[in-house]
Amino acid sequence: MAFFSYLISGLSLGAIYAIIALGYTMVYGIAKMLNFAHGDVIMVGGYIAFTCSISLGVNPYIATIISALGCMVLGVLVERIAYRPLRGAQSLSVLITAIGVSYFLQNVALLIFGANTKSFTSIINMPPLKLFNGELTITAEAIVTIIVCLVVMALLTLFVNKTRLGWAMMAVSEDKGAATLMGINSNATIGLTFAIGSFLAGIAGVLLCSSYPTLTPTTGAMPGIKAFVAAVLGGIGSIPGACIGGFLLGILENLSKAYISSQLSDAIVFSVLIIVLLIRPTGLMGKKQIEKV
Amino acid sequence: MSNIEQNKNILEVTSLAISFGGLNAVDNFSLSIKNKELYGLIGPNGAGKTTVFNLLTGVYRPDQGEILLDGENLVGKSVEEINKTGIARTFQNIRLFNRLTVLENVKVGFNAFNKYNLLDAVLALPNKKKVEEESNGEAMELLKVFNLQDEAHLLAGNLSYGEQRKLEIARALATKPKLLLLDEPAAGMNSNETMDLMNTIRFVRDKFNVTILLIEHDMKLVSGICERLTVLNFGRVLKQGITNDVLNDPEVIKAYLGD
Amino acid sequence: MEQIRNIKNKQFIYSLSTALMVIVGYAIMQSVINANLASPLIKGLMVPLCIYSILAISLNLVVGISGELSLGHAGFMCIGAFASCIFTRYMKWLGNESLLIFIIAILIGAVAAGLAGFLIGIPVLRLRGDYLAIVTLAFGEIIKNVINAIYLGVDSTGFKFSMKDSLDLNLGEGGIVIIKGAQGITNAPRYSTFLIGAIILLICVVILNNFINSYYGRNIMAIRDNRIAAESIGLNASRYKLLAFTIGSAMAGVAGVLYAHNLNTLAALPKNFGYNMSITILVFVVLGGMGNIRGSIISAVILTVLPEFLREFSNYRMLVYSILLVTLMIFSNAPALKDFRENLLSKINFGKNKKLINKE
Repeated sequence: MAFFSYLISGLSLGAIYAIIALGYTMVYGIAKMLNFAHGDVIMVGGYIAFTCSISLGVNPYIATIISALGCMVLGVLVERIAYRPLRGAQSLSVLITAIGVSYFLQNVALLIFGANTKSFTSIINMPPLKLFNGELTITAEAIVTIIVCLVVMALLTLFVNKTRLGWAMMAVSEDKGAATLMGINSNATIGLTFAIGSFLAGIAGVLLCSSYPTLTPTTGAMPGIKAFVAAVLGGIGSIPGACIGGFLLGILENLSKAYISSQLSDAIVFSVLIIVLLIRPTGLMGKKQIEKV
Repeated sequence: MSNIEQNKNILEVTSLAISFGGLNAVDNFSLSIKNKELYGLIGPNGAGKTTVFNLLTGVYRPDQGEILLDGENLVGKSVEEINKTGIARTFQNIRLFNRLTVLENVKVGFNAFNKYNLLDAVLALPNKKKVEEESNGEAMELLKVFNLQDEAHLLAGNLSYGEQRKLEIARALATKPKLLLLDEPAAGMNSNETMDLMNTIRFVRDKFNVTILLIEHDMKLVSGICERLTVLNFGRVLKQGITNDVLNDPEVIKAYLGD
Repeated sequence: MEQIRNIKNKQFIYSLSTALMVIVGYAIMQSVINANLASPLIKGLMVPLCIYSILAISLNLVVGISGELSLGHAGFMCIGAFASCIFTRYMKWLGNESLLIFIIAILIGAVAAGLAGFLIGIPVLRLRGDYLAIVTLAFGEIIKNVINAIYLGVDSTGFKFSMKDSLDLNLGEGGIVIIKGAQGITNAPRYSTFLIGAIILLICVVILNNFINSYYGRNIMAIRDNRIAAESIGLNASRYKLLAFTIGSAMAGVAGVLYAHNLNTLAALPKNFGYNMSITILVFVVLGGMGNIRGSIISAVILTVLPEFLREFSNYRMLVYSILLVTLMIFSNAPALKDFRENLLSKINFGKNKKLINKE
């Protein structure tokens, strides 16, 4: 039974990675940039929810929505102010800018909330599910997280495949120049992508802090990196890929923590990424790209 | 080079084929070029001319067919191995080392000849200086052929379009090829520049003892310097033969002008 | 032939000025320190400045010259640090402490990190761009994690190794634990001085400039500018990229040796060997100018010293730093500001040949 319990907490962690990775993968797919600040948007989401529900006493579900909307605004602002002027510039300068934004968000959080760990109260106020006469306990957080992840993925897939805005996104990610010629406002589309990605990051932040109730200005950094690894593992730009990558990563991390070594779990996770990329250089579900000569 | 007779075939291509996603980009393509010949490969846009170059230089691996350069099989070799065997090329969309100087662009072409070891390099030992001096001299000689000697110190990316095309040829020649492939060398040049280029190409062939296969749309250049032609259409050979015969062939004219 | 002289002069002046900058910088700071004008803070910064400069120029070889985005540079520094420190700590246990030991340690650090770079580079350099970035980042983290899990001890019977804890080593009488898991190496000998740091930096600068201005550097830059064209003239792209990556890693290893022997304890923390450190180095490289060795040193020095001077603003300093970083990147790279920049440049560079200005 212990195995199943590790598996389910791995799935739940993976679901968080997957939600973050969805944001990463969409932004990368469309703006072709590594948004290093994405992990810090999660942290901001956590702090917004913390402030609303603990300090101001807002209903936790409403706090979650406020947090997601706050992150959405933040994401759009960051894109507008820091990334848009650099559209068309070398990708490396955009990467450094994203790193700058990441430092900025961490330090703003540090100034407002201090370096001390804030203990976060889970927004999900439900008893855990006990199965097999109490031998297997599944926390409500795990169930909610996994369900939210699946719902988000389904909605996103529908949005991208069935709506005009979704088509515009696909068109811009395929060929920005051509999409612009076809009358698509590529700036607005990229802005929309950031809005969706950051909205998801806000939700992920609340879920992350509910399952792992500690909050510091660097809370988002490692999950951000891991989620990016998940996105790459699944094939960057692919929505199901991000989910598969996220779940895989979460399970792998938890199982290696439980059965091999908690010291080495990150090393194992990263090794798997490397092995997958060496075998399939564009990830599990990625598209192959050919350079034209 | 001297032991190759004038009439011997330097390049022998038989029934070359490649398809991309079901589309036969090049099909049943055969070609033989004699030593020191100036040979033209023409055809409408999308006929597969550049694909042939990419097959010859190892960028693509053919689905079937054989390529022999001076009797040596090239199929399966990597791009750099094929260059070392004796084929050098230029590109339709110019590919220079833009952040290196004109001189350095040519010197990179000498990489197989003017070498020294890593220790010479990092400690700036005398051998490095000697080899670099030699390279500089040879590179300037080559640049003079293309009248680029005064631009030697400029970054390649800052040259004019025509100069960039010429620099690509110079760089290719630096690898001392047996066969030189030129992909639309006159594209973007005015008629005076094209005339110049024609003379240069002839001069290069004689001075460097090299066989030249070129893709070109400028019929003045093609009829002016090519001795024989192959016309490609939809990936297949439409016509092969002496330049004037081919250009006056009704089928070729139809392929170019449409129905 | 005048053109060749022009190019040669330019290269020579550049290399010379970089080397002179290091020497003069050292001379000035050393006299300031000798005159007792420097605060302990400034004094303590001197060796780190050399370390960061070496890291920046070595990463510049990988990112700027070879054009491969690496986010795992701190990992190689980590390998150099630990490999050399195991040796010096062992020698200290044997009772040997001398400059010669340190010189050997530097070579050990360089070889260990270079070897790691070589082995990692073989599979990894096949990947392009952002994929390479994430994989190198992953490697850096793996190296750090693995070192944190290692226990290494030595006693009269020889070296003992464990992945569990120090007790598991079963050390005999008089034995010592060299690496104590996450606590790392304690009581490491402190060999690094400002003079040694400056000399090593100078050696690295000279070697790197010579390398870049050689057949090898030229070929590597050619591959960076256009891989397909470079292969078409007979260059084996993977081999040259691997060469640059190996040399860059080895130099990072040397920086690690300096780092390891600048403090009493050496532990692989996220702060010193994690991806944040790799990113910090990358920031030095990008702000100093891609492929610009002199610029890397200048920006490493400024960006290391700047936060220290911003200490007055205590909590605000990293905030200011991050805002500066973003502003600087936008100003120097935004396509919309290109004309503005060129106007500014031509005012500064008036009289010079405009064609020489590198266009993006």
